Amino acid sequence: MSTTQPYVSVRNLKQHFPITRGVIISRKVGAVRAVDDISFDIPAGETLGLVGESGCGKSTTGRSILRLYEPTAGTVMIGNTDITTLSPEALREKRSEMQMIFQDSYSSLNPRHSVAKIVAEPLVIRGERDQGKLRRRVEELLDLVGLEPDHMKRFPHEFSGGQRQRIGIARALALNPKFVVCDEPISALDVAIQAQVVNLLVRLQKDLGLTYLFIAHDLSMVRHISHRIAVMYLGRIMELATYDELFRNPLHPYTQSLMSAVPIPEPKVEKSRTRLLLEGDVPSPSRPPRGCVFSTRCPFATDRCRQEIPQPRELTSGHFIACHNVDDPEVSPRINESRIAIVQSLEDASTGGPDRTFAMATGAAAPGAAAPGES
Amino acid sequence: MNSNVNSNKNDKPILEVRDLHVRFDTVDGVIYAVNGVSFDLYPGETLGVVGESGSGKSVTMMSLLRLIPEPPGRIVSGTARFRSREDDLDLLQLNMRQRAKIRGNRIGFIFQDPMSSLNPLITIGEQIKESLERHTKWRGPEARQRVVELLEHVGIPDPDARYGNYPHQFSGGMRQRVMIAIAIACDPDIIIADEPTTALDVTVQAQIVDLTRRLSEELGIAVIWISHDLGVVAGIAERVMVMYGGTVVETGVVDDLYAHPRHPYTVGLLGALPKLHENVPELVNISGTPPSLFAAPSRCPFEPRCPWAFKTCRERRPALESVQRDGHFSACWYDMEKDKPREVRR
Ligand SMILES: Nc1ncnc2c1ncn2[C@@H]1O[C@H](COP(=O)(O)OP(=O)(O)OP(=O)(O)O)[C@@H](O)[C@H]1O
Ligand SMILES: Nc1ncnc2c1ncn2[C@@H]1O[C@H](COP(=O)(O)OP(=O)(O)O)[C@@H](O)[C@H]1O
Ligand code: SF4
Ligand code: SF4
Ligand SMILES: [Mg+2]
Ligand SMILES: [Mg+2]
Repeated sequence: MSTTQPYVSVRNLKQHFPITRGVIISRKVGAVRAVDDISFDIPAGETLGLVGESGCGKSTTGRSILRLYEPTAGTVMIGNTDITTLSPEALREKRSEMQMIFQDSYSSLNPRHSVAKIVAEPLVIRGERDQGKLRRRVEELLDLVGLEPDHMKRFPHEFSGGQRQRIGIARALALNPKFVVCDEPISALDVAIQAQVVNLLVRLQKDLGLTYLFIAHDLSMVRHISHRIAVMYLGRIMELATYDELFRNPLHPYTQSLMSAVPIPEPKVEKSRTRLLLEGDVPSPSRPPRGCVFSTRCPFATDRCRQEIPQPRELTSGHFIACHNVDDPEVSPRINESRIAIVQSLEDASTGGPDRTFAMATGAAAPGAAAPGES
Repeated sequence: MNSNVNSNKNDKPILEVRDLHVRFDTVDGVIYAVNGVSFDLYPGETLGVVGESGSGKSVTMMSLLRLIPEPPGRIVSGTARFRSREDDLDLLQLNMRQRAKIRGNRIGFIFQDPMSSLNPLITIGEQIKESLERHTKWRGPEARQRVVELLEHVGIPDPDARYGNYPHQFSGGMRQRVMIAIAIACDPDIIIADEPTTALDVTVQAQIVDLTRRLSEELGIAVIWISHDLGVVAGIAERVMVMYGGTVVETGVVDDLYAHPRHPYTVGLLGALPKLHENVPELVNISGTPPSLFAAPSRCPFEPRCPWAFKTCRERRPALESVQRDGHFSACWYDMEKDKPREVRR
C-alpha cells in the first residue's frame, strides 16, 4: 500500500485490566479484556483512524501504545524501538517523540496555570530554564496553532473549547514529537469548531511530518482525516483498510452496520437508505462472547462463529478483515448483497449537496469576516 | 407572522410560539439567551431544531413549560399558544397546577441524560406505572399490563422480566427507550426531545431514531427534535429550524433547506460537516467564535463570521423573511436567490 517504512508497528497487543474482589485480601476474579490481540502498522507521516463505539478499547489502545499502561502482551515498535521493553530512563527519553492530545481539553489543562506555563511545561520538565528561550518557543507554538502571542498570559477558563484544544495541541508539539495519539480531540466541540481543529491537525501533519493515531467514534470525521482506518469492536480490530477501499468495499458485517448507522446530512437518502440495524447492545469486555466477539449481534453469524475466533486475514493487498464468513460460499453472497446496498446509498448521497458554499461568497461590500482563526 | 408553511396546510398549528424573549440574570451580567423566537408546530409533524451549543435551543423549548430555573432565568415576553383537541391556551400564562397537567400528559419531554430523569431507587416498571396512574385512568394490574405493553412497544426485549429492573441495570440506549415509553404513555400531542441520542453510540442512535420515527407516525405525535447533528435531523425531521445566538436564522422544509440553504450560517454549517459519502480536501472553516450573549443583538448576530456581510448587516438586525421558496424563511440581508443584497425598505 505504502512505500514508506511503518513508523509505528503494533503486534498482538493485549491490555487486560484485572477485576479484583475483597478488600483485605484482594483476589483476581476476572479481567476486562479492553484490548485483545491487535496488530497494525502506521507508515511515517500518515494517519491511522481508529473507530469504534464507546468502550471498545480505542483509548486503551492509544494509552498502551504510549506505555501509559504496561501492556499485558505484545510488542509496540515506534521508530525502530520496541517501547514495551524500554527501561524507565530510556522510556522517559523516548517520550518526547510521542505525545497525546485528549478529548477533554478542560480537565487536561491545569486551570491555575497560564497558557505560557502550560505550553512550556514539557520544556521545563526537560530542564530548559532560559526564560527568553522558553518565551520564544511558546510564541512560536501559539503561532503554529493559530493563537495570538498575548493569549500567553491568560488562563484556560478564558478560552472557548476550540481554543483550549489548540492550547493542548501546542503543548503536545512543544518537544517536536514525531508521533501523536489524538484521542477524540474534537468530539466535544461544535461542528464549525471541529472543522477548524481538524484543518489545523491536517496542516500540522503536512508541515511537521507528523504520524497520527486518530481516535474517534465518528466514521465521517475519520474518513476525512485518515489514510487508513481500523474498525474496532470489543477489544479487537474487525477490519483495516485504506479509507478509499474501506468505503468502497466494507466487507466486515460490523463495519457495514457502523457505516449504515452514521447519519448522512442528505434528507432523502437518510430517510430511505438501507441500514444494517443491530439488535441489542455491546456485550461487556469482561465477558466477551466465545468465538467471534461480534457473533451475538451479527446477522450473518453461523455455528463456526460462536466457536472459533476469526483471525485477521489480508484478503486483498492492504485490506485486513477478521471474519469467517466473508468468503464462505454459503454466507458471503448475503454479506456482499448488504455491502452493495450500503455503498449504493453513500453514492446516492454524493449526488446531492447544498447549492451554496462559503467559497461562493463574493462579498457584496467589504467582507465582514475577521482575520482567520479565532479572535 | 406566517413564517411556517407545512405539509398538512389544512391543519392549524398545535403550537404557535411568538416573539419569545428569555434572559438569565447572572453575576457577570444579563445573558440574552433567547431573542424573539417565533415558530409553529403542526400536528403529527417532526420539527428539527439545530444550532451550535449555547444557541438557545434548550432554553427556548424548556421555557414553554417553564422548566428553566427562575431565577436566574426570566421569561421576558412572548406567547406560546397550545391548541389541541381539548385545550386552547397560552402555555406561558399557566399556573403551576395547570402546567403540571400539561407536562407529561399533553407534552412529553425526553432529555439527553435519561439517568437524571429516572429515580435510581425505583424499578423501571413502577416508574412508568406511577406516571401512568398520575395522568390516566389506568390502575393496578391493568396499569401494570399496560406498562409491559409499552416496554414491548419501545423494543425492550423480555419486558415482563425487565419490569422489576432498576435503571442502572439498563444500558444507555434502553434507558432512552424507557424515557420514550414514559413520554408516550399518556398519548401526548407533542414530544420535545432535547438531544436524546447525543450520548449514545451511533448504532444505538440509529435504533432510537428509527423507533421515534415509527412511533410518531403510528401515534400521530408531533415531535420537536433538538440536535446539533444535521445528519440525524435529516433522517427524522420534516421541517427544520436553525438557531444562532438565541435567534431563528432559517427555517424550511428539510429537503429544501439542505439542498438550498439560504442563510450564511446554514451554508457554513453544511460545509463544515465531514461527509461520510465524500472526501473533500478541506472542511469549511467558519472562522471566529460563537456570539457573546451579554447584549441584545442589535445587528445580525452572524455578522462577525459571515463572508457575505456588508454595511446593512452591521446596522440592523434582519428578520425572518420568505426567500421565494415554498415555506422557506431566512433572517439575512443578503439575497442568495438573486445573489445580491436584499432591497431594504427604510
Ligand atoms: N484502567 C482501567 N481499569 C479497568 N478497566 C478499564 C480501564 N480503562 C479502561 N477500562 C475498560 O476497558 C474498556 C475499553 O475502554 P476504553 O476507554 O479504551 O474505550 P474507548 O473505546 O476509548 O471508549 P470511549 O469511546 O467511550 O472513549 C472499557 O470496558 C473500560 O471500562
Ligand atoms: N441556568 C442558566 N443560568 C445562566 N445561563 C443559562 C442557564 N441556562 C442556559 N443559559 C444560557 O443560555 C444560553 C442558551 O443556552 P441553551 O438553550 O442551553 O443552548 P443550547 O441548548 O442551544 O445548547 C447559553 O448562553 C447558556 O449559557
Ligand atoms: S465471523 Fe461470523 S459473527 Fe463474526 S462478523 Fe463474521 S459472520 Fe459475523
Ligand atoms: S445579514 Fe449580513 S451578516 Fe448576517 S448572515 Fe446575512 S449577509 Fe451575513
Ligand atoms: Mg476513549
Ligand atoms: Mg441544549
